[in-house]
Amino acid sequence: MSQLATVAKPRRNSELLLLVLALGVGVMANALVNLNLGRTFDNDFYIQTAVLTVLSLAMHVSLRFRAQYADPVILPVVVALNGIGLAVIHRLDIVTGDNAGPRQWLWTTLAVAVAVTVIWMLKDHRILRRYTYISLVLSVALLLMPLVPGITAGDVNGATVWIKLGPFTFQPGEIAKITLAIFFAGYLSSNRDLILLAGKKIGPLQLPRAKDLAPMIVAWMASVGVLVFQHDLGTSILFFGLFMVMIYVATSRVSWILIGLVLMAVGGTAAYKIFPHVARRIDVWIHALEPAYIDAPYGSGQVVQGLFGMANGGLTGTGLGQGSPQGVPLANSDMIVASIGEELGLVGLFAIVCLYALLVARGFRASLGTRDAFGKLLAVGLSFAVALQCFVIIGGVTRLIPLTGLTTPFLAAGGSSLLSNWIIVALILKISDAARRPINVSDGPNSERQREVSAV
Amino acid sequence: MNQAIRNSWIVAITLFALLFGSISYVQFFAADALNKNPNNNRQLIANFCSNRGPILVSGHPIAESVATDNDCKYQRKYNDPYLYAGLTGFYSLGNGQYGLEEAMKEDLAGTSNDALFERIAQTFTGAKPQGRSVELTIDDSIQKLAYSMIPDGVAGSIVVMNPKTGAIIAMASKPSYDTNLMASHDSSVVAKAYDELVQTPSINLFGSPAFTQTYAPGSVFKLVDTAAALESGKYNKDSVLANPAELAFPGINYALPNYRYGQCYSQTTATFKFALENSCNTPFASIALDLGQDAITKQAEKFGFNDSSVKIPMGVETSRFPGSTGVLDPPSLAQSAIGQLNVTATPLQIAMMTAAIANDGKQMKPNLVQTVRSPDLKTVSSLTPEVLRQSTTPAIAQQIKDWMVSVVDNGIASGAAVPGVKVAGKTGTAEVANNLNNAWFTGFAPADDPQVVVSIVMPNVDVATGALLTSPNASKLFKAVLKK
Repeated sequence: MSQLATVAKPRRNSELLLLVLALGVGVMANALVNLNLGRTFDNDFYIQTAVLTVLSLAMHVSLRFRAQYADPVILPVVVALNGIGLAVIHRLDIVTGDNAGPRQWLWTTLAVAVAVTVIWMLKDHRILRRYTYISLVLSVALLLMPLVPGITAGDVNGATVWIKLGPFTFQPGEIAKITLAIFFAGYLSSNRDLILLAGKKIGPLQLPRAKDLAPMIVAWMASVGVLVFQHDLGTSILFFGLFMVMIYVATSRVSWILIGLVLMAVGGTAAYKIFPHVARRIDVWIHALEPAYIDAPYGSGQVVQGLFGMANGGLTGTGLGQGSPQGVPLANSDMIVASIGEELGLVGLFAIVCLYALLVARGFRASLGTRDAFGKLLAVGLSFAVALQCFVIIGGVTRLIPLTGLTTPFLAAGGSSLLSNWIIVALILKISDAARRPINVSDGPNSERQREVSAV
Repeated sequence: MNQAIRNSWIVAITLFALLFGSISYVQFFAADALNKNPNNNRQLIANFCSNRGPILVSGHPIAESVATDNDCKYQRKYNDPYLYAGLTGFYSLGNGQYGLEEAMKEDLAGTSNDALFERIAQTFTGAKPQGRSVELTIDDSIQKLAYSMIPDGVAGSIVVMNPKTGAIIAMASKPSYDTNLMASHDSSVVAKAYDELVQTPSINLFGSPAFTQTYAPGSVFKLVDTAAALESGKYNKDSVLANPAELAFPGINYALPNYRYGQCYSQTTATFKFALENSCNTPFASIALDLGQDAITKQAEKFGFNDSSVKIPMGVETSRFPGSTGVLDPPSLAQSAIGQLNVTATPLQIAMMTAAIANDGKQMKPNLVQTVRSPDLKTVSSLTPEVLRQSTTPAIAQQIKDWMVSVVDNGIASGAAVPGVKVAGKTGTAEVANNLNNAWFTGFAPADDPQVVVSIVMPNVDVATGALLTSPNASKLFKAVLKK
């Protein structure tokens, strides 16, 4: 495994500077919302500003103590995204009378608290490798939860992916994304030599043995299962993509990709033929702008309203608070990208996509730099999952691909998504810390940690 | 492994590149098409609540946007709703947009493409976005006079226009409605008013029946026959026409009778002058049968029939000769030639035809909009008289004019006379069901130098009422306009 030369500097002060800028973005967005909608700065504004500042600093301080060498760009990027999300949700609350803003900053608080806990409690990401098979069991359990009578929240917007937790609803599939990535990383890093060496060779293709195909079959079944029983095309694509990229990175074999694509094509075609809701999704996507599809229930009304909103925004947008994004159904969750596109314009949306690309790039950078196969696989899997999730939802909203109900990481209103994405960020930060830490650091506050790791 | 990670990174970056592409497509390349998509009501909602320009008549706003203190920042207010409902129409969210509010919506909202600089200027000067004002050719006092002449319960229309410019001076009709109810921000008020509107017969949401409703024109159509006859060369001003009491058709049990209220029965031959003065039917039916359907159609089209392209700027309902029927049999052609059966016309069409005769055969494009002004009162566009077509030769127009003068001086339109002014006119009485008629008058004054055309239709009235509501009212309107 090749090593990359990394500069052995903690860069925590750079992070603090960037963090101030990132907080500025979120707070000023929120201020604009208040000004443009003709409000005085209400309690929501001060609470959000305070909450966001305290949470960012809590993460920053935790990193100073527990992951000194973590990548300095990741946290500011995420704080900027989360801040913009809060501002846009607050903006929509003002016109719709909804109460999503306070819910969102409560969930942000919880999510950051969990992320801080991960930073403090998880001494090294390699510890997670111990829980490879527990993660598999956990993933299956999480995925089955929405189907269990009693705790299921039933069919919400055509998908059965929610459970009830007292007054809250939760999407266990969001957490399953992480546990599945841990399982794949653990399994593949342990068995990659076997998978690589065994098996027949046909021409340039090294075919895997049937027993090595088992995890791939598991992933395929999980994906298809989600699609069939939970009607959730987006998550299905996400899981399968996650697994594909991880097995490819583990083996560097194109043959796996080909097998995966064949399985995906077979599964996809069968789903299209057998399940009317899948065929309907495709139909609605192709004929989106036809009036018959716009007005139909489960038709293209949502995506088309989103397109109209984005077109109204044009290059520079109407300005926060000046458009009418509330005309789009689910404007603060599934369609938040359309709301941002309308009010911040093509320029604003490009900036948002750049932030995601930057986040994913830093995740890949951590993967390249870290020294252990498990860390590499986990970082690449989680980073790619973020990229794929952005692609599926933003591509769906802009009608590049059929719209499926995935959340836009850190922006969309929704607790489960915030929680899982902040955990992902905490994990990537930990891996980047390992990647950038000089090998021979023996003293300082982390020496104890070094010993413990070697004992693993 | 790192090579595979780099390859995966390329895949991830490709996904982001695709997103940049699709965002650019939606927000830049396809943005215009999406904004104009008929299913897109965003512009509609924005306009509904924005400070749209006023519609002005004689310097006073008949429609204006008034600031409110709720989220929908401006309320459209109509200052004389019943008088102008047929012209302004209304701009509602759920029940459509009609009339000038629809036809001039881009100017009124300030969103037309050529208003780009105004919008940019408003952005930089901090001025609140405001639409352009639209000043009409209508004269407030004439409009009020015309409206007052239509009795409640009669679905009449009156058009007053300038034959030399095509400017419409008044266009009134009844019944009317309260456009303020239709512009309410309270959708339940609008829905209730709308339900009443669509159930009221003779109310046309697209605008005043004066340009949206067609009627059988009756004897007014004889002006077309006359022009066709003179144009054909077969007839001249001294031609002697057969004037039998009835025109019989071989093989069928139908005969076309002469008009029973004039002097037609006193003689069996007639000159054009006599036939027009007394509005005899059989001479004109005979001319149509002699010249054939095509010649009449051609002349009718030269006067503007069968033309669906006229906009004032609202689209004008097409007047037709012959209606949907292709080839007319002789009895049908004979009846159509005297303005019954297969011929229909809007009051505006009759006014346009009359204006062509008044204006030496040149038909001017009718229009309601005098000036469009930007918020800083700069003139964006103003009415330039435009010749629509040459309807007939100046000589023939002059000849018909002379005969129309004698229709008022000596004939059955004498009620339209104005002391000291030479008035040209023609009446019409088209029979509809139950012994009721569409009573028409069309004419202009002064005949030597025509300043004003008046066309009146009073549908579904008895003969006496019709006579009372048409020519005498035209006389009053001539007086009122010429006094100015």
